[in-house]
Amino acid sequence: MADGQTPPAPNSEAPTRPQLTEWYRMMLLIRRVEELAAKAYTQKKILGFCHLYIGQEAVAVGSAAALTPDDYVVTAYRDHGQIMSRGVSPRAMMAELFGRSPGVSHGIGGSMHLSSREHNFFGGYGIVGGHIPLAAGAAFAAKYRGDGRVALCYFGDGAAQQGAFFEAMAMAQLWKLPVVFLCENNYYAMGTSLERQSYLIDMSQRGDGVGMKRWQFPGFDVVEVYENVRRAVDHARSGAGPVILEAVTYRYRGHSMSDPAKYRKDGELDSFRAKDCIKNAEARLLALGANAEELTRLQGEVDAEAQDAYDFADKAPIPDPATLYDYVYAPEAPAAAPGTEGGR
Amino acid sequence: MATLQIREALRRAMTEEMRRDERVYLMGEEVAFYDGAYKVSQGMLKEFGEKRIIDTPIAENGFSGIAIGSAMAGLRPIVELMTWNFSLVAYDQIINNAAKIFQMSGGQYPVPIVFRGPTGAAENLGSQHSMSLEGIYAHFPGLKVVSVGTAADAYGLLKSAIRDDNPVCFMESEMLYGLKGEVPDEEHLIPLGKADIKRKGTDVVLVTWNKQIHTCLAAAEQLEKEGISAMVLDLRTIRPLDEEALFTAAAACRRVVVVQEGYPFAGVGAEISARVHEACFDSLDAPILRVTNRDINQPYATNLEQLVMPNATRVIEAARHVCHRAR
Repeated sequence: MADGQTPPAPNSEAPTRPQLTEWYRMMLLIRRVEELAAKAYTQKKILGFCHLYIGQEAVAVGSAAALTPDDYVVTAYRDHGQIMSRGVSPRAMMAELFGRSPGVSHGIGGSMHLSSREHNFFGGYGIVGGHIPLAAGAAFAAKYRGDGRVALCYFGDGAAQQGAFFEAMAMAQLWKLPVVFLCENNYYAMGTSLERQSYLIDMSQRGDGVGMKRWQFPGFDVVEVYENVRRAVDHARSGAGPVILEAVTYRYRGHSMSDPAKYRKDGELDSFRAKDCIKNAEARLLALGANAEELTRLQGEVDAEAQDAYDFADKAPIPDPATLYDYVYAPEAPAAAPGTEGGR
Repeated sequence: MATLQIREALRRAMTEEMRRDERVYLMGEEVAFYDGAYKVSQGMLKEFGEKRIIDTPIAENGFSGIAIGSAMAGLRPIVELMTWNFSLVAYDQIINNAAKIFQMSGGQYPVPIVFRGPTGAAENLGSQHSMSLEGIYAHFPGLKVVSVGTAADAYGLLKSAIRDDNPVCFMESEMLYGLKGEVPDEEHLIPLGKADIKRKGTDVVLVTWNKQIHTCLAAAEQLEKEGISAMVLDLRTIRPLDEEALFTAAAACRRVVVVQEGYPFAGVGAEISARVHEACFDSLDAPILRVTNRDINQPYATNLEQLVMPNATRVIEAARHVCHRAR
């Protein structure tokens, strides 16, 4: 194995039972919230495009656990799981999907454009691959200031064909930017299967062309995701340069709510459901001594929290028409003293 | 007053702003060790070093996006585009990201960034290096578009653009980089969105910006000899448009000619004509005329290229026409 393909040795302890319980809870919460989002979509309470993450939850939760709150996160339009794993409340997330004023972006962004500055979550972006340079830019700012932050960029196997991705990788490696590119390979670029849209099927190999450290790992076990992303984040934070990872994963639903996903092979979905990340985490928890009652109680709490988010969003006020022009332009800059790191 | 070339005025603006605010940096092709393709950044590497004067690979889409991301993370980048012609490969970043992120995020992420470089034709550069692109950037809410034609404006407006919390497309001209003009010795900021009367007049207003200011000034001098008093109104900022100055001048002169480089179809001149017609119809004595590039991509041969471009003769003809002095 070439040097660039060897993951660094782990430098983190195995997760404790409370940590794993929290990860399990978050994966379950993302799934339950999205199941309710699907329901709300069929009820026409959520409109436009709605891309569900169901099946991929281990990637968002395991990778978020490898970051500090100061680190930057940038992602594409399948962003519900990632913003929740970053700590944004299901209420604020769901209210955005409903187009309501208490949503994270006041109902202006919608499902594809969730963002939260408080959580250093740059947002979800709808032009495939167009967000990837932004992550390299966040890492550029971190390096410029020398503040030790890392940027994590999620994207799909579809985005790994875009020019913006190649250009961002090339400069990230040239300038040794502290960024981790994390490809979630879920086997489909919309409805086009992996082998029909890419000669190489391991997107981490894209890193070889620019000399970037890279490796691939299975994305069905939250602990395995955490350990792999943690190694990559530590590498980037050390100043050694960026890393490109591929997490092999699978989405159970169609590309968006309007896609019945008839292009799948027979038995394909079931074969991936057998590796379900939530079931894997349950098995790990039981092995660590959790009992079935505990898990049942937790599931009940999660169901209630998801339903609370739905109810909150359903009752939340729509945006005030008087705010229509509020965010087209940023207001005049305050007369704050320059020359510092600045507030952003 | 110091007399500076436009390139020197731009350099002074950037240098002062970089001394004032360490979040400001300059990135682009050949800006550092080559001293700038048009020598605008000459000497800046020496003062600020490689951390803040950054040569990029030839990858406009990638480095524009990186600069936007760094702006979201608290820096204030100046991106030099070797020419605006090359911005088209970065169009997705400038439009879908820079212009939209503040609104799309519900006001959470301002994008304080300046994209700057020359626009318009130089001479004999052919089809792909001769475009004027104000119109396709001014089209989008979220962007500001500035296009300058004098040293004082280049200095004062670039300083304001760098301090603005919004993405600003700042357009210069290869043909004007060496043009000298007086620039105040003391620090001087010109607010974005304010037009400037470059020559007073009462019979017709020539609405223009960037290099065509000078075409209009030459035309106005000739028109004066014919008894037509032409005002030259330099918009300076295309978006936000200074409608107050524009409508005041249109109502006062009652005749308007818009003089712009670049394609006519759906161009800035069309927008100005529509707005003035809507707001000032009762004050106008003639339909508004436009003098623009011919509706054709730029040819290389000198004689053909000259046929395409606006010039003083065409401006004079249009002014005579709206003043009912057609020969």
